[in-house]
Parts: sequence; C-alpha cells; structure tokens
Amino acid sequence: MKRGRKKVNIIIKTVFHILLLIGAVTALLPFIWMVKTSLGTQAEALTFPPRLIPTTLIWRNYQKLWVDYGFSRFLLNTLFRATTITLVSTFACAMAAYAFSRLRWRGRDMLFLAYLGTMMIPYQVMLIPRYIIIRDFGWVDTFRALIIPSLFGGAFGTFLLRQFFLGIPSELDDAAMIDGCSKFGIFCRIILPLVKPAMVTLALFSFIGQWNDYIWPLIVTNSDRTKVLTIALSNFVTHHLVFWSELMAGSVISVIPIIIVALWLQRYFVRGIALSGLKA
Amino acid sequence: MKIRSGRTKSNLRKDGRSSKRWGFVTPLVFILPNFLGFSIFFLFPVFFSLYMSFTKWGILTAPKFIGVNNYLKLLFDDKLFWISLKNTFYYTALSIPLSVVVSIILALLMNYKLRLTNFYRSCFLIPYVTSMVAVALLWLYLYNYEFGLMNHLFKLIGLPPQEWLISSRLAMPSIAMMSVWKSMGFGMILYLAALQGIPEIYYEAAEIDGASFWSKLWHITIPLLNPTTFFYVIISVIGSFQVFEQVQIMTDGGPGNATTVYNYYLYNNAFEWFKMGYAAAMSYILFGILFILTILQKKLFSRGWMGY
Repeated sequence: MKRGRKKVNIIIKTVFHILLLIGAVTALLPFIWMVKTSLGTQAEALTFPPRLIPTTLIWRNYQKLWVDYGFSRFLLNTLFRATTITLVSTFACAMAAYAFSRLRWRGRDMLFLAYLGTMMIPYQVMLIPRYIIIRDFGWVDTFRALIIPSLFGGAFGTFLLRQFFLGIPSELDDAAMIDGCSKFGIFCRIILPLVKPAMVTLALFSFIGQWNDYIWPLIVTNSDRTKVLTIALSNFVTHHLVFWSELMAGSVISVIPIIIVALWLQRYFVRGIALSGLKA
Repeated sequence: MKIRSGRTKSNLRKDGRSSKRWGFVTPLVFILPNFLGFSIFFLFPVFFSLYMSFTKWGILTAPKFIGVNNYLKLLFDDKLFWISLKNTFYYTALSIPLSVVVSIILALLMNYKLRLTNFYRSCFLIPYVTSMVAVALLWLYLYNYEFGLMNHLFKLIGLPPQEWLISSRLAMPSIAMMSVWKSMGFGMILYLAALQGIPEIYYEAAEIDGASFWSKLWHITIPLLNPTTFFYVIISVIGSFQVFEQVQIMTDGGPGNATTVYNYYLYNNAFEWFKMGYAAAMSYILFGILFILTILQKKLFSRGWMGY
C-alpha cells in the first residue's frame, strides 16, 4: 500500500515539475529572445524564420548604445534618481510612521485619516497639478523635478511602516525611557533595527517603482541630460523603422540591474507581496 | 526616581501609568519631511485637481471657470470617452479572470513541496520586475507579423500567422495576454502565501469523509482563497485603469481606437492636446468609477459568490 502511494506521489511530482517548467520557459523565453537579438545584427533580427543563435556574437550594439547613444548617462540618471528617492523616502516614512504610532499629539489621528484617504485616490488625479507645480517652480527638465516630488515619500510607505511599528510592544519604549533615552534615541536604537525587514521591503518596491517609472519622466523631462532609461528605450520606436537589435540591447541594459536586485532580495519581495495580501 | 523627560509633562493617570503628553516639537520633527512631501505633492494636488476640473485650462492660457461643463461634455458629448471606458473594461475582462486562474494554478503547483521552488519563483518574478516599457518593446517585437517569435512558433505548430497588434480584433487581447504574462509572478506569490495559511486540518477532515482531489479543491481551497481573490481583483482593476505604456508604445491607441484605454485618453487630453481642466475632470470621474467598483466588489465577495 505504501509503495503504491509513493509511486503515485512521484508521478504527481513529475507532472507538476513539467507544468512548472512549461511556465518557467514561457516566462523566460521572451527574455532569452531579447538577449539573443541584442547580440546579433539588425539584419538577423529581421530574418524569418529566426535563427536560434546569431552567427557571430557581436557586442557592437552595446558599444553603440553605451558610447554613441549615451546610455551610460541614462543609466546613471536612472540610478541616481532611484537610489536617492529610495534612501531618503524610506527614512522619511519611517520617521513619520514612528510619529503616528508611538507619539501622541493633537490631530494625529485626523491627519492619518487624510493619509488613508489619499491612498484610495488614483495617481492620475495628482498627476496634472504636480506638473503645474513643477512648471511654475521652473523645474521642468531638471533633476529636481524627477526627484523632489517623491523624495520624502507619500502616504503608502508611512502607512505600511506604521502597521509594523504598531506591532512592536510599547514596553520596549518604556524600558528605554526609564533608562533615560530620548525619543529620537528610542527611534534609532530600538525601533529601527526591529523594523529593518519592513524597511528593506519598502525600499525594494520603491527602488523598482522609481527605476521603471515612465509617465512622470515623460512629462517633466525632454533633454538627454535628464533622460532616464525608460524614456530612452521608448525613443527607439518611430513609426517606420525600429532598430530591433539595438533596442534589445538597450532593454537588456535597463533590465539587468533590476533583475539582479530583485533576485538578490527575493525574500523581501515575497514577504512584501504575501503580507499585503494576508492583511487584506 | 526621576524620569528624564525633556519637554514633557508627565501626569500620573488613574491607572498609574504616566501619560505621555508630548509637546509639538518632537512629533513635528519626526513627521516633517514626510508630511511636507505629502501635503505639497499629494494632498494639495487632490484639491487643486478638483478645482481644475471645473475650469478650462490650456498650457499657456489662464484658467477659466466653467462649472461642470467638462463633466457634461465628457459624459454626453465625447464618444472617445465612452470608447476608452469600454476598451478599459474589455481589457479588464480579458486579463483578470485569466490572471486569477493562472496564478491559482501556479500557486497550487508550487505548494506541493517540490524542490526548486526558489528557481521557479525567480523565473516568474523576472517578468514582474521588468519595466512595462521594456516588456512592451519586447512584445512589440515578438508580435511582429513578419519576423516575430509568436508567428514563428505558430507556424511551427501549424497554425496560421496572426496579425496581433495590427488587427483591431486581436490588438486588445494581445495586450491583455502580455499583461497576464507579466504579472504571473505576483499573483502566484500572493496565492501561495494564502495557500500556506490554510490549516491542514481542513483537508484531513475532508479526507476522512472520503473527499476526492477535485472536491477538496472546489469546496475547501477555492472558497478559502476568496479574500485573496478579492484583494487581487481589486488591485488588478485599479491596475487596468493605469494601463498606459503598452498602448503608447505598441499601438498608439490603434488600430482605429481599438486600444485607446482610459488612462491613455486622459494623458493625451492633458499633455498632448493641453486640455488640462478636461483631463482633471476625467481623473475625478476615474476616482468615482474606482470607488464604485470597489464597493461593488466588496458586496459581491462578502455575499460569497460560491454560496458559502
């Protein structure tokens, strides 16, 4: 009886593996195609039926993008933007979350309601006034326009971290206070280390969101000096001729850093998604 | 015992705990950066947008107050408004049910305690974290009629090549399929976490009663995943109203108006044709639509659509 059960188990496991492999191939094949095309010539990109491996692996596309088209600059811009916003906003949200959860002050709960309220509002509502603010400040096509609106975080990050802060028992605060610790000291030495996972999760989502952002840079920038990768990629598409091999190389450049970061910090990703669903 | 308390007054409450009544300074310092960013770039725009929706505002002209005219025009005199709404709902209907089914299947597969789960999960995460711009460009290439991978694969298995993005019939389904592909990883992780929260006892009890595999799936697993599905559907509906890059890069809203979705039309109104008051009205209508949809979904799911 047991041996039969084991056999069925193995069959099921094999079938499941096969199904998952099919899924994995579906997920990865387009990317393999992306890399393959980026290493070939434009002519090869247009041939039909396509060859699996390009005749020669050429790095010419990458060279062209990096040097001639200025992708080194665009990568730098994107990195600068994403890193700055992520670092500053995560801490700003943590500080605000601390104030909302640990300190008591007049208007605290009412203000938090306002935070909650804006979270339900789609971003399109805020998009147009933000543009007008940027325009009236004279910040069009500057890094200030790219960075400052999101620099100190919004409602979501604060909300998320506040939930975590609330889970920390207040006895820790009391103990620290008896030892003569200031509120700021409590924040730095006790709370922050405890919510590090949550902050890393928030930072990860923030970084990816900023790196992949398209609409906002589209609206506020228009020169090569401030161009980010997403915009640079979209510039490849004209209505007539698309240089696929170069475009794919550009895509690879823009995609590899994020993939590396996401896979390295995968468990924070999983935790973030899982928790948001479970809390709902 | 003296407690160093800085700027505070510590009163002893009736239950003996000292009430922490802090002055304004400490909370202010903590909250200031975030609050500043929030009030200038989130709170203020919400109200300003409302004001804008009642004006006629071009890029160089001064705003002119016109009351509810924008709303009236949108609802009663703008064919493209209704087309974009219809397209968006069509996209939603195409992508969400498929997404839910694929995610649940993948989660069930992953939950079976196979090895290599990390590898599979990594595979599915990769499309999810890639920018929509890169994905759209990639699929623009894959969907190409002459030399795209999709038609190549079709020919390999003997199917005729499709027009994909060039056909007004297939353009939206093509975009929807791409979106399902991109978000597989997210749904899978979401449902996997939920599955792992279902107590084993339920299944054991059902097995004692002689429940089959399908019956366990249908009567235990799926209903217990309802809250997750509810959450996923809401998130996806909101997401489907934010579709933009795909349309802008792949189809320009075409062929004809087949893929003009709400967000795309809104963007064009605001930043291509500079009818910013008009677009602001569109954004508030969007807010209303999402609000109603969320309430509707809440009602639908709380009643238990499985009858449980």
